[in-house]
Amino acid sequence: MSAPLEHDYIGLGLAEASSMEIASEKLSSTSSSSSTLSTEQNSSSNNNNNNSNNGNKALLDFKETELRLGLPGSKSPERKPTNNGVSVPLFGKDIENSSSKGYSLSPLKNIVSGAKRGFSDAIDGSSGNWGLSMNGKSEADLCKGAVLYSPRGGGLDEKNKIIKETSVLPQSPKAAQEKKKNQLPASNEPNSAPAAKAQVVGWPPIRSFRKNTMASNLAKNNDDDGAEGKSGSGCLYVKVSMDGAPYLRKLDLKTCSNYMELSSSLEKMFSCFTIGQCDSNGLPGRDGLSESRLKDLLHSSEYVLTYEDKDNDWMLVGDVPWGMFAGSCRRLRIMKGSEAIGLGMYHFFSFSLERFWRKTLLWSNKDK
Amino acid sequence: MQSMESTRSTRSLSFPDKVLHRVFTHLTSNEDRNSVSLVCKTWYNADRLSRSKVSIRNCYSVSPEILVRRFPNVRCVTLKGKPRFSDFNLVPPDWGADVHAWLVAFADKYPLLEELSLKRMVVSDESLEFLAFSFPDFKRLSLLSCDGFTTDGLEAIASYCKNLTEFDIQENGVEDTSGSWLSYFLESFTSLEVLNFANLSSEVDFDALERLVSRCKSLKVLKVNRSVSLEQLQKLLVLAPQLVELGTGSFSQEFSAHQFVDLESCFSSCKNIQSLSGLCDATARYLPAIYPACANLTFLNLSYSAMGSDELDELLMHCPCLQRLWVLDTVGDKGLEAVGSNCPLLEELRVFPSDPFDDDTIQGVTEAGFLAVSFGCPRLHYVLYFCQQMTNAAVATIVQNCPDFTHFRLCIMNPRQPDYLTNEPMDEAFGAVVKTCTKLQRLSVSGLLTDLAFEYIGKHAKNLEVLSIAFAGSSDRGMQCVMEGCPKIRKLEIRDCLFGDAALLSGLDKYESMRSLWMSSCNLTMDGCRLLAKKMPRLNVEVIQEDESDDSEADKVYVYRTVAGPRKDSPPSVFTL
Repeated sequence: MSAPLEHDYIGLGLAEASSMEIASEKLSSTSSSSSTLSTEQNSSSNNNNNNSNNGNKALLDFKETELRLGLPGSKSPERKPTNNGVSVPLFGKDIENSSSKGYSLSPLKNIVSGAKRGFSDAIDGSSGNWGLSMNGKSEADLCKGAVLYSPRGGGLDEKNKIIKETSVLPQSPKAAQEKKKNQLPASNEPNSAPAAKAQVVGWPPIRSFRKNTMASNLAKNNDDDGAEGKSGSGCLYVKVSMDGAPYLRKLDLKTCSNYMELSSSLEKMFSCFTIGQCDSNGLPGRDGLSESRLKDLLHSSEYVLTYEDKDNDWMLVGDVPWGMFAGSCRRLRIMKGSEAIGLGMYHFFSFSLERFWRKTLLWSNKDK
Repeated sequence: MQSMESTRSTRSLSFPDKVLHRVFTHLTSNEDRNSVSLVCKTWYNADRLSRSKVSIRNCYSVSPEILVRRFPNVRCVTLKGKPRFSDFNLVPPDWGADVHAWLVAFADKYPLLEELSLKRMVVSDESLEFLAFSFPDFKRLSLLSCDGFTTDGLEAIASYCKNLTEFDIQENGVEDTSGSWLSYFLESFTSLEVLNFANLSSEVDFDALERLVSRCKSLKVLKVNRSVSLEQLQKLLVLAPQLVELGTGSFSQEFSAHQFVDLESCFSSCKNIQSLSGLCDATARYLPAIYPACANLTFLNLSYSAMGSDELDELLMHCPCLQRLWVLDTVGDKGLEAVGSNCPLLEELRVFPSDPFDDDTIQGVTEAGFLAVSFGCPRLHYVLYFCQQMTNAAVATIVQNCPDFTHFRLCIMNPRQPDYLTNEPMDEAFGAVVKTCTKLQRLSVSGLLTDLAFEYIGKHAKNLEVLSIAFAGSSDRGMQCVMEGCPKIRKLEIRDCLFGDAALLSGLDKYESMRSLWMSSCNLTMDGCRLLAKKMPRLNVEVIQEDESDDSEADKVYVYRTVAGPRKDSPPSVFTL
């Protein structure tokens, strides 16, 4: 078993982290069956355990490009500085700022408290306890037991599997059987990398009619035209994912009335993730990460803001009037520029992105 | 002398009969009746001739012929069919539990049948028509979690059951072709007291509904579906202020202030409402309209209404008598704090997940909400709680606050999830439950559990009757502890656990005193099941084999006692060993 070299925020060692990379990344709408997923995950975790030595070597290469979490207060992992100073662990915090090996990441201003709660401070109160309060637990302890959230490495290689979370479809019994077989090893090794959450038939145990009613409730809410929504009716929640973030957030589109407010809401939401950018010396270019820095990063075409509309097409945010956007937006995704290329939007994104940011960020700079 | 003796003995035989019958009619509980029927042959006969209600909780445990032979004078029948896990798509749709054979037997022997309650049975339109034609006295129909019929079948009931008082079609897989079935009630039909079609999806003929409500003056229970708008509901309430149970349709509409006042006064004239449900899409704006009707409310079902914590708080302040509450987890821990503060008489709480398959985002309720309720509601004895995280300490505190739990169903939605603070298994949580709650009858466990949890259950849960286990246990010993330790266990449902043949066979002595055992995605083999079937001939050991890839493994096993022998209507995927 490979010794855990670093520990992710979610308590996975490095070796296990690689199997997590191989496991699901819940992003876009391509899907593979979850039985395949669990097969993949378990075979990969088996492979992982068998080939720990080889794995470590391969993993070290991964390390260069992967985005992982670090514990609040932990030092960032050693890395060779790359030419273009690609960002390192998206969420790694190095509050101490004392590392001389590798480089330390500049903490966000609004997070610094020196305490272990790191970025969780920045999480708005409504989401409450993420269930990961570390409270001085040893890293070894964190390895035990199941992991609550699978990390999502952004921009990783083709080994990533993408699954879609669908409402439960009755799986073929074969899949259920496979799943059963695959779950057995998992349950025998409580310390092994836990499964990424795959859909299991009939779980959680909710009757079909209730599931269907809830599904149609959600669909109904999302279909409401944002501009003419029922007055007084609750909210228009859309999921917002950011490539590299370990979990999604939900944003109530009704709280924004234009793109500017949307962008600032998003910044607030995701600014808890330190995005460091380093020059060739491996030192941070600047102290602290301000909002403008985040904007710069996003502006520099590292990230692209996209949304999925009613027809399940992914579009760039900013092309259409706000009302039309809010009415048709189903979910948002802050995508890495490289992924956007894959979606065939390359030709447009620099153009449209300019437009988007011009509308929002530069205006907000003006306001300041 | 001899003649006197024989007269006396004849008298002592015939005299008690009539008296016994009279006495036995006062025995309403079937458990009591089952007991008296065992006393002696006379009493057995008196019971069988006078029993008018039977409840068959596993339709394959007995056959229609056996039933009608023993109890010739039955008027009310309850039948339950499929194993409970069919609700969660674990049972193939053609598994069985068709009601038709029963109806045929009843038509022959129980022509005066009045009441039929079916749960998880397959009911076709033909069966409903047959029912409507065969029983002129038929009064009460209740279908729960059934499937196989469409609204065409409902038309038949409406047309031909002239004495119908209860029509309760809830939570079924109904193919809803049109809402016109309501118009099939005759204009002369006035006897309806209960009408529940809340889960049908299509638009109903509102005019027909309005006329029906207006002429059925004894209507006590009305639960409409979402297609009925707020304005339409108001019209119905004006016609039926005597309602005791109300299920609204869609509770949101563009109302002027004046209309709102009308709505409010409409609710205030409904002084008898004890149960309220529906409230789909209820918003903060219109909820206040129902406050006047909540003074006597004992049951509030908000599980179709995505309510927030503030709205719930406000609403609960108007429900001082609330005993049963069903909510969605959109109310959050804050909403549950409001429950703890406002509902001192609460006995039952069910918290359903609003978005159960969205585990990317943090949402819903946590242990904090449950704790808050337990502090404020000491009478709580029934809980169903879906959450994403829980701790052993919280559960221990909760049962200290509420030691009277009879039903404790905790679903930590991520399988095998440990205590999120200590990362330990949830064994101690359920240990605390069974040690403290001595009256516990029903338990559903979840989270990461080792055999220790089952040791606790076997050792302490002496009144446990129903146990549901998923993704738990570390060895056969877990199930063994339960089989050996829980004397009153009746129903055991297990999925995705490690238990194998040894565990299955450890219950050999128990299964005949149980209603049923379900084990799916465990470690059972066909050989183990065959051995069980061989040793216990009065059990039906059914294996559901949906594909032939691995013939030696038994993926889904359903074991139940029966006096009817192996069933003859199994589909090809089901083998009775």
